[in-house]
Amino acid sequence: MPRDDRSRLSRRAWITTTSGVIAAGLVKTQSDAIRLVAQEAPTPGTDPTKVPGRLVSELGSRAPGEQPRRLVRAEALSSSSRTPLADLMGTITPADLHFERHHAGVPDIRYEDHELLVHGMVDRPMVFRMSDLGRFPQVSRIQFLECSGNGGGVYSRTRMPTEVTVQALDGLLSTSEWTGVPVSTVLREVGVRPGASWILAEGGDAAVMSRSVPLDKVMEDSLLAYGQNGESLRPEQGYPLRLFNPGYEGNTSVKWLRRIEVTDRPTHTRDETSKYTDPLGDGTVRQFSLVMDAKSVITFPSYPYVLPERGWWEVRGLAWTGRGRITRVEVSTDAGRSWADAELQGPILPRSTVRFRHLFEWSGGDTMLLSRATDETGYVQPTVQQLWEARGPSTSYHQNHQRAWKIARTGEVTFGLGELV
Amino acid sequence: MSPRGLLESSRGAQGAGRSLGMGCAAALVLALGACAPSEGPDARAAETTRAGEVAFADAPERLPPHAPARFAFGSPADDARVAMWDIDVRPDGAGLPPGSGTVEEGRQVFNVQCIACHGPTGTEGPNDRLVDTEQWDAYPTTRTVGNYWPYATTLYDYIGKAMPQLTPGILSSDQVYAVIAYILYLNEIVPEDAVMDARTLPEVVMPARDKFVVDDRVGGSGSVR
Repeated sequence: MPRDDRSRLSRRAWITTTSGVIAAGLVKTQSDAIRLVAQEAPTPGTDPTKVPGRLVSELGSRAPGEQPRRLVRAEALSSSSRTPLADLMGTITPADLHFERHHAGVPDIRYEDHELLVHGMVDRPMVFRMSDLGRFPQVSRIQFLECSGNGGGVYSRTRMPTEVTVQALDGLLSTSEWTGVPVSTVLREVGVRPGASWILAEGGDAAVMSRSVPLDKVMEDSLLAYGQNGESLRPEQGYPLRLFNPGYEGNTSVKWLRRIEVTDRPTHTRDETSKYTDPLGDGTVRQFSLVMDAKSVITFPSYPYVLPERGWWEVRGLAWTGRGRITRVEVSTDAGRSWADAELQGPILPRSTVRFRHLFEWSGGDTMLLSRATDETGYVQPTVQQLWEARGPSTSYHQNHQRAWKIARTGEVTFGLGELV
Repeated sequence: MSPRGLLESSRGAQGAGRSLGMGCAAALVLALGACAPSEGPDARAAETTRAGEVAFADAPERLPPHAPARFAFGSPADDARVAMWDIDVRPDGAGLPPGSGTVEEGRQVFNVQCIACHGPTGTEGPNDRLVDTEQWDAYPTTRTVGNYWPYATTLYDYIGKAMPQLTPGILSSDQVYAVIAYILYLNEIVPEDAVMDARTLPEVVMPARDKFVVDDRVGGSGSVR
């Protein structure tokens, strides 16, 4: 007998014999009876008002039909996985769906063993254990983290795929409520010496990932983060401790942080010279391009969704900027001929994602959806042509140009940028 | 904060944490009010900040006024402790350890430790291509040590701690210097009789060094950069 049939049978048996069991004295209390009846999951399809539900549990899980998954690029030590943006609502990324980018795998580090060394141009070189860091005054902030390689896959004049999901395209973006201690608090504790202008942040993974970050930045708003969406960091996000530089390219927010050296110059590590730099097409290479410029992506409708019928639909997406707040998102539903202001879902937080929405009536014809974000500095998300013109064909980092989704008469939605260039 | 952290917190730190948390909550309510444009959220947020609350959405968080000059959390790190982890190497040579290596020694190290991922001549992969002696004018089509890396010292900083990928950090300083000498030789940057050490490595001038310029994007409504 298949397992399902057996459990269905046993459930019927429970229900029909409960009174008999009670009569026989096998069930002595009401909670015994509840436990007997509700110890298994209700059979799918059963009228949920006619059978008791499952009992409370120590750890929740998603509804069985909800199976969002990260998109894994390659099973390799240096690889990435991408957040399923089209499956999510609001702005917060569930921690288990936060994108990953590791350069030598995810280390297993014990909370009790982890130490942060802070030294260099400081009065008092110090070692902090996690319990020490936890005692400093704590802050929480909802802010995005984006890999500067996000969207690089479509930066090509010769190859512009149509069958690409927003997850594959821009899934190296996630938003969390990060909790930790401001770097400024810990640097105040060790005493930064005059003349210091940079820090070197180093991770305790097998890549010993290290990046130089301007001292002004980390004093302004960087965190030594140990919390993510109300719980400790996930191992993939740097457990037990990471640097978090709001609005900066993700690689600078060094995970598994074990060392901060205060310096008077950048260290020019591999990942800030041979990687994460932008050849501009004029013979120069832009270095320390740290801030993520304003960007928006439409997450719905997007490939591979098929609009089943004409009529009213809501365009939904995310906008963000590393330079403060998003002030405006415009949506075009006619391939860029006209633009309308999208609704922005507050609170609009600095260096965080904003959910935007725009209601439109699809007439059933071919069309193209675009979005463009403006931030509080007045910067407007550029077109792909503007970006190509400014940066040449060589860099694939910081691809914040406008995206486009084509809607065919059939309702099929595909990545449409190729038709605009 | 983890429960463990909380358990170990002093009473004072807990109090500070609570007041910060309340400030954040108050500011969040304000920010939620910001959904309605007529509410004048900025003015209200500023008012709250003036009243001494920590504004979640605005200025960076500040320590409460009664915070001590030092918390005295953590332990002093003496020179030996710092030296244990202070492994980075800078373009001026700071951080380079004693030791030295020749091109020929480096060839032997490379052929044992590096060849599987980078290929017999550093060009075949499957991982990063290391060698390209073709220089570029407008933009590069490969980004190798020979035509893209601006500083030779970065090779020590990186290889010494992170290579080989499956057994990172196993090379002796002599071996690291040697394999750097070999990689630079393959890129026609140093001659076959070159010896790399703490003195010679920072003196190597990389072909792409002067191509690097610091980011000048500042946002704003000006031209796209």
